[in-house]
Formats: sequence, structure tokens, C-alpha cells
Amino acid sequence: MELKDKLVSSFLAFEEEYGGENDDLHNIRNQAIKDFEQFGFPGRKEEAWKYTSLKSVLKHDYSFFPKKNDSIEYRDIKEYLINDIDTYNLVFIDGVYASHLSNTTHDKIDVCLMSSALNKSPYKAVIDNYFNKIAPKNGINSLNTAFTREGAYIHIHKNKMADKPIQIVNFSTGKETAMFLQPRNLIVVDENSHVQIIERHQSLTDSPVLTNSVTEIFADKRAIVDYYKIQNDKSDASLIDNTFIEQKAESLCSVHTFSLGGKLTRNNLNFYQKGERIDSTLKGITIIEGKQHVDHNTLVHHIEPNCESHQDYKGIFDENSTGVFNGKVLVEKEAQQTNAYQSNNNVLLNDKATINSKPQLEIFADDVRCSHGCTIGQLDEIALHYLRSRGIPKKEAQGLLMYAFANNVLDSVKIPELKKRINTQIAHKLGVEVGFNL
Amino acid sequence: MRDAYLKYMLTIKNLHASIEDKEILKGIDLEIKPGEVHAIMGPNGSGKSTLSSVIAGNEDFEQTEGEIIFENEEISELAPEERAHKGLFLSFQYPVEIPGVSVTNFMRASVNAHRKAQGKEDMPANEMLKLIREKSKMLEIDRKFLSRSLNQGFSGGEKKRNEIFQMAMLEPKLAILDETDSGLDIDALKVVANGVNKLRSKDNSVLLITHYQRLLNYIVPDVVHVMIDGKIVKSGGKELALELEERGYDWIKTEKV
Repeated sequence: MELKDKLVSSFLAFEEEYGGENDDLHNIRNQAIKDFEQFGFPGRKEEAWKYTSLKSVLKHDYSFFPKKNDSIEYRDIKEYLINDIDTYNLVFIDGVYASHLSNTTHDKIDVCLMSSALNKSPYKAVIDNYFNKIAPKNGINSLNTAFTREGAYIHIHKNKMADKPIQIVNFSTGKETAMFLQPRNLIVVDENSHVQIIERHQSLTDSPVLTNSVTEIFADKRAIVDYYKIQNDKSDASLIDNTFIEQKAESLCSVHTFSLGGKLTRNNLNFYQKGERIDSTLKGITIIEGKQHVDHNTLVHHIEPNCESHQDYKGIFDENSTGVFNGKVLVEKEAQQTNAYQSNNNVLLNDKATINSKPQLEIFADDVRCSHGCTIGQLDEIALHYLRSRGIPKKEAQGLLMYAFANNVLDSVKIPELKKRINTQIAHKLGVEVGFNL
Repeated sequence: MRDAYLKYMLTIKNLHASIEDKEILKGIDLEIKPGEVHAIMGPNGSGKSTLSSVIAGNEDFEQTEGEIIFENEEISELAPEERAHKGLFLSFQYPVEIPGVSVTNFMRASVNAHRKAQGKEDMPANEMLKLIREKSKMLEIDRKFLSRSLNQGFSGGEKKRNEIFQMAMLEPKLAILDETDSGLDIDALKVVANGVNKLRSKDNSVLLITHYQRLLNYIVPDVVHVMIDGKIVKSGGKELALELEERGYDWIKTEKV
């Protein structure tokens, strides 16, 4: 049976078991499964999926409802957490909340579970207002909505600042052979509030894993949201990440995506600017090899005047790896005085590596400043010679140049420990030693 | 102990080199003894910079004929980094800007690569810091400058000074300075010359490549060569440089005929 049919026929059993009492949610789910039935998984005939085929990841006989795995201890996962600072942690093992590995709160801010929020009355108003409001109907979003069960629920109340970063970490352990996970996160940041979030999907097994994740983020007036995605997964783990951010006036939101490993990674990252003087930042570093595939599909929708967006994606592709950057900037007629910047720079280290870079600017306003630039190249031979003539061997010199190329994306990372961690991972991956300062 | 019988630091025999099938060097012969300072002068396009690039192992150029012998070893087949490890240093005419790599991190990678090639451990961090401070002070380099990206946004003079700083850190046996004087005002020139003179000893040699006699007032050469159209056409003492300054190059061309 094809995966699509299998999912549709599993839906009834899912509703039976996890449906709960919430009638609204029940209706949303039923509509969503109908939509999924209609759309199905996206194929390469769709423009947005031209360079990314899901075929190789949809072929497995996935299990959708894994059993609870209690055998994972802190020592098994420690290395995947930013563990040298105090954080709130929401840890999920095979899609199930792991309370013994987590650290939640309801003190001034809510850092808790989607499953609780969906079923408990204190959260009803927030769920009614925000759940499933910005993720558009399509095969993958609707599929996630239909099977919404667990994930992070974060609500930063008005004028509050999350006192420490929040980590959302989804582990898969592959007790079943192949696993299909669909986390669903809702993050609501009220006026004048501030939060930093680190998200990671990590397989602890060599069995195939496919994660279809949906995250909805609402940043109210003057809110500040900094979101970091660490994608450094095993060679048979794939991820379709769907993130939607709605911003109100004068809010500042940034998403940094570090794609350093995994079989297939597709990032659908969408910003909707609903207010004036909004700033949106989208940055990414991709360093992959082997047959890995990373696709960044971004949208910044400039709807109102006097807003900015900054996109900076760097990629280094070795061996047979493939990359896609498809960055759409849409500036509505009303969005005068928009400043929108986009840059995508890539280095191909091998003849067999591929990058498809496609900037897409649709501008309907006449008084705007929009720029985009895309480069694809090899390493600078002159710089390489310069380093070698100072005794630095070729391989190390190449590493140093690649490190320098990618590293400036980290300048805007606001959590020093995270910055150091990513910096070290990149340096290690490129075989260079850094971090020497006067 | 250094080889007491070493007669020549560098011997170049009948060196021919081309770039994209165009021959630039057309049979260069040159001998530099330990402790000597040689200067090569010549008009634009005579091949001076090509000679320095070929000695340093720049792969853009093809050495079609001849030998480059450095301390009794033929080095024509060696990679640029291997030549550096043997004690060869080229101060670039146009130092390359490398955003994202700080001067100190670059210097550490360079010093430790040299040490590794010599079978030594990495230099301990405190020792490295001490050395960096000492050498940067000698060349009057601001400490803030050291944490900046290599050559990025440096003025012409700062780039050249940074080259000599690298030389001072690495203490090469043979330093080739390619137009190091260009872009320097007189004060910077004195600082750079001072740095070069500090390196001079009976064991170290310097090859200066320059357009102008000016630098040679501060770094006094033992031998001056004139290069025209890919060949060394005349060699003499330091007074030859003054004569060139006064009379230009045309008389040599005539004399040659």
C-alpha cells in the first residue's frame, strides 16, 4: 500500500485513540485529512518541488504510532543538547513527551506540551486564536494537522521575557523499523515579549526516519523572537520542516538554520509581515557531502510599509551532495519603503555536487529597495596560493577558506554557547582549528 | 648546526617559465650566498614578479626549463607550502584579502604548519602570544589590527607591513620581497626596512625586487641585477642602482646590443 493510502486509512484509528473531547480540533483534523487526501504528497511537477523529490524517502514502510520508549537516559542525549547553559527543555522521544528529560514551566511563561494545551480549558482561547491559522492548506501541512498530537506549546505573556533559552528536541530511537514523526509546535509571543528557541531533530538509530514538522509562530507588537534550527542528523534521517511566522508591528524575528547533515532536508520557511517597521532575518549555513540534499524554500511576504527583511544563505557542497535555494520575496502594493535583501552564496567542492539557486522577487510597490545576489563558485585560487605560500598545506588552507566563507553567518547568533558550538562543529567538519584570540 | 660548507643559499640555472604559453622568463641565472642581499631592478613587464612567483611555487606559472636549487636541493617540483617549510618566504606585491580569517589565527596556522613540517609540536599559546606581541611591536602594528580579518580593508601600507610582520614571525632563510616598497610612505618604509634588517645575518639572505632605488638606501644590497625582457642583463654592486636611478634602463639595452 502506498504511504498516502496507509496514512489516510490510519486516520480513523488515530482519531479513536488520540481524538480527545475537543470538537473544534476534531473538525479541523477531519478537514485536514480530506485536504491531504486531495493534495497528497507534493511531486516534482509542482514548481516549488522541482529540485527536490520525496520519492526516496516515501518508499519506506513507516510506523506512525510508535510505542513509548522509556529506556533513553540523559547520558544518551546529552551531546545533542546545548548543555553548558541553563535552558528549558522539551524533549520528545519517538513523538512522545519525555518528562524525565524535560524542564518545563508555567511561571509567567508557558513552556509545555501541545497535547495539554489542546485538551485543557485554560489554553482554549489561545488555541482557538492561533492554532492552524497561518499554515496554508497543502499536502504536507494538512497531513501534519490531521495527525496533530504532540509538540511544543510556548506562550510568552505580555511584557515578559523568557529567562533562559528553550530547547525543543525530537529524538527517534527506531524501536520500530522505520518511523514517521509529525511534531506540531505553537509559539505565541505577546507584546513586548522576548524568547530564544533552539530546535533539533535527532535520530539515535540507523533506521530510516521521516519527520514532517509544522511550527506556527506569532510575534505580537515589539516582540523579539530568535529561533535556531540545528540540522545535523544521521544519514538515513530526513526532515520536512514547515515554519510559519506572523509578525505584528515593530517585531523582530530571526531564524538561523544550520544544515550540516541528514539524508534529505527541506526547509519551508515563511514570514508574513502584518504591521509596520517589522524586521525579519533568515540566515542559513549548509555544509553537506555524500548524497545529502538540503533545500531552502523561503518566503517573505511584505504586506505593509516600512519593513525590512534580510536573507543570507551560505552553502558548501562536496561529493554528490545537492542543494536548493528558492527564495521568494513578495512586496505588496501597499508595502512602500520596503528594504528587502537576499543573498545566496555557494561553493561547490566537487564536479558532481549541485546547487540550484533561484531568487524570486515579485514587487508591486514602486518605492522599495530590494536586492538579491547569488554566487556559485569554487574556492578562490589566489587566496589558496597565498595561504599555501605561508606553509599552510592545501587541505588545511581550503578548510580555512571555507570556514571563513561560512562563518560570518554566525555573527548574528545571540546565544554565545550556541554560537561556539556551531562554530566548533563547522570548524571540525572543515578540518580547521580556530578560536585563538589575543 | 647549519651546513658550514653551504656555498649558495639559492642557485638558479637557465630558468625558463611561461604563463598560458607566453614565455616570460627566458633563461635566468642567479646565485645568492648566505648572508647576502641581492636586488633585482628592471622596467615594468620585465618579468621580475614572475621570477619571485616561480621561486615561491605559484602554480599559475609553468617552469619549462632550468633548475631552482635551494640549499643544495632542487625544489622545482615542490608545492608552495613545502618550499615555505624549507625556509623560503615571499612578501607579495599584492597581499590577498581573506575575510573571516583573523591575522592571529592565520599566523598560528602558519607557524604551526612550519613546526609540524619540522617534526615539532604546536607552539604553546602563551609562547605564540609573546612572539606575536614582540614582532608586532617591532613593526609598530596596533594590536587591534591583529584580530581583524587578514588584509581586509587594510591600506596598501598596512598590507605591506603585515607581510613583513609575517616574515618576522617565520624567520625565513631566504626572503623575497616583491615590490614591498610600493605604497609605503617614508616613515612606513623605514619601519619595514628596519624589520628586514633585523632579519639579516650571516645565515639569512634577502632578494629585493623593486622599481626604485629608494628602498636600497635603507636595505643596502651586496649585488644589484638588472632584468630586462626575462633575462638578467647586467649585475654589479650597490652603485649600479644609483646609476639606474639617474640614467634609466635604455643605456643598458643599448650597451647590450
